[in-house]
Amino acid sequence: MDSALIPKGVQRCSLGKFTLFIGAVSAVLLWGVYAMLLCWLKGLNQTNMNDYYGFALWIWADLAVIALGGGAFFTGFLRYIVGKNELKNIINYAVLIGFICYSSALLILAIDIGQPLRGWFIFWHANVHSMLTEVAFCLSCYFGVLTIEYIPLVLENRQLNKVPFFHNLAHNMHEVMAVFAATGAFLSFFHQGSLGGVAGVLFGRPFAYREGVFIWPWTFFLFTWSAAAYGPCFTLSLTKLLEKVSGKKLVKDNVVELLAKISGWMIITYIIAKIADTWYWAAVTAPEGGFTLMDFYSNNPLYGIWILVLEIVIGGIIPGLILITETGRKNKFLLITAIILACIGVSVNRWVMVLQVMAVPVMSFDIWAMYIPSWQEVATTILPVAYGVILVALSYRYLPIFPQERELNPITD
Amino acid sequence: MSKAQEHNKAKKYGMVIDLDKCTGCGACMVACMAENNVPFKKDESDKLLSITWMKVYKLTNGKDFPDADICYLPRPCQHCEGQHSGHSPCVSVCPATATDYSTDTGIVSQIYTRCFGCRYCMAACPYHARHFNWWDPVWPAGMEKMLSPDVSVRMRGIVEKCSFCFHRYQRAKDKAYMEDRRELEEHEYQTACTQACPAGAIIFGDLNNPDHEVHKIAQPDPGHHGRPKNPNAFRLLERLGTNPKVYYLSSREWVRKAGDNYLKTEKINKH
Repeated sequence: MDSALIPKGVQRCSLGKFTLFIGAVSAVLLWGVYAMLLCWLKGLNQTNMNDYYGFALWIWADLAVIALGGGAFFTGFLRYIVGKNELKNIINYAVLIGFICYSSALLILAIDIGQPLRGWFIFWHANVHSMLTEVAFCLSCYFGVLTIEYIPLVLENRQLNKVPFFHNLAHNMHEVMAVFAATGAFLSFFHQGSLGGVAGVLFGRPFAYREGVFIWPWTFFLFTWSAAAYGPCFTLSLTKLLEKVSGKKLVKDNVVELLAKISGWMIITYIIAKIADTWYWAAVTAPEGGFTLMDFYSNNPLYGIWILVLEIVIGGIIPGLILITETGRKNKFLLITAIILACIGVSVNRWVMVLQVMAVPVMSFDIWAMYIPSWQEVATTILPVAYGVILVALSYRYLPIFPQERELNPITD
Repeated sequence: MSKAQEHNKAKKYGMVIDLDKCTGCGACMVACMAENNVPFKKDESDKLLSITWMKVYKLTNGKDFPDADICYLPRPCQHCEGQHSGHSPCVSVCPATATDYSTDTGIVSQIYTRCFGCRYCMAACPYHARHFNWWDPVWPAGMEKMLSPDVSVRMRGIVEKCSFCFHRYQRAKDKAYMEDRRELEEHEYQTACTQACPAGAIIFGDLNNPDHEVHKIAQPDPGHHGRPKNPNAFRLLERLGTNPKVYYLSSREWVRKAGDNYLKTEKINKH
């Protein structure tokens, strides 16, 4: 029934099957919307956050999706600025994932603030010294850039592209996309960094506080680096997931391996810097505040040293080593293991940099408080996942997201 | 010093709390809540959701009888200055300039109508002095008539904290102005907790004024960001560089040591 909208030369499932799938995901989405409305109408008392966990699940989800969505800016940078032409076969999907991640981040932020109707105050009464102000400005601007990058893809829909204006607009936007990719890379550098700075400048919180260059703590650079390193792994993992769900190969191995290789080297260099940062923090910064490393990882039921091992070794060194070796990249199991571990690694990093920061008692007579999110928080965190699944499904079905799909899956009849 | 010069001289309002005198009665907490229209819930059992501009902590030396000792530590907002004027942990991070540092008074303010509830200031404050309004305040029937008309009631979704009863400063300044004076006497501006403390453990005044009690007791060293010269005085988390304006006083070493974090191998080296 919708065959006129589907790109030529590719096969899609029946509309009924597709509708059923979208319907199931929409039910999850509506559950999230209901929880979101509860938070907006009744307030943040719907959550299990408290004065010791003012930053909690949502802010982690925010930071995590932004790090994982970093695949968009870094792949764009590699494709348009560095000139890695093979990546043109995955850039559309990277942009789509980035667009979903950033729109999700903005949505979560809109739920997370206590007075959503005053959200614009961050722009109107901007405190230029606050890292969060920089985050807000860059995030909004970069979302605009991602929208501009996504529009030509929408305009390439078979029916829309028949309209001469849309056809020419899409063509011309593609022609100047390098400018937007460069703008996106520039904006991303700052806002990924300022997200790292959000934690790093907290000189009252020895778990987060880092020294640095001028106003920028080390975490500023580590966050940018890690988003560039781990973001492509998320793009790759979702590519593999979509290939699994659709039962088709969508991107050629050489493209996947190239991105995996670059990501691997970025992860390895990042993790060396991260280890150096951790070492300096544990040996110099924290002791100056009267803390030993284990003060941050003991006397509580959850935040043990395992979390540091999970982040650096299991989610950093191991995937990095797999991805930089040709054998690792070519072995399907190892490749998938590595990109999943990498996604876990960066997510754990974002978790500790927001939640553990506030959980660690700073006053010597204070307590380690624990926190379990309420169902409303969980539902509103799953909401953008459901929204993302729907947008990926719609885009995959109706837009030419994967340029190699036709070649890899020729229609025989 | 001429009157005009005296008038222009910046104040630095601060507090000294004598922990050897504090009995932990909680009168300061009650006075603070009543004075500042601090809202409360029907069920206040979860203290992580309670709004306590002034909170009294119970400290112990961890020893068994007969060496056991306890200390009660009242904790208002510390009105930090940071390493340079106004670089308080909370002020420097607020994205909407909803919290501000006054170089005229040294008081860290909170603009409730500008705060949009991002809670970054709470993440920045190591003293847990900032509280979020998780609910809209609801007062028991009739009680709203008892609310102070000088202090605005805060709505749901914003952060609030101790203001050193700033409305009392404004009122005292207004009174002085009407009496054709520009300078306040020490007793004219006092916080509610100071006046309510039955043990006289809380002392409030201008740390920059050598005639004020707080200055005499704390003996702030301007060359070291106001670090107290009095060997029995200390500030919470001194080494983090928050440079608070609340000083604590105790003759007991374990109490002074509890004010900051030290490595096991480390000795207190305050002065």
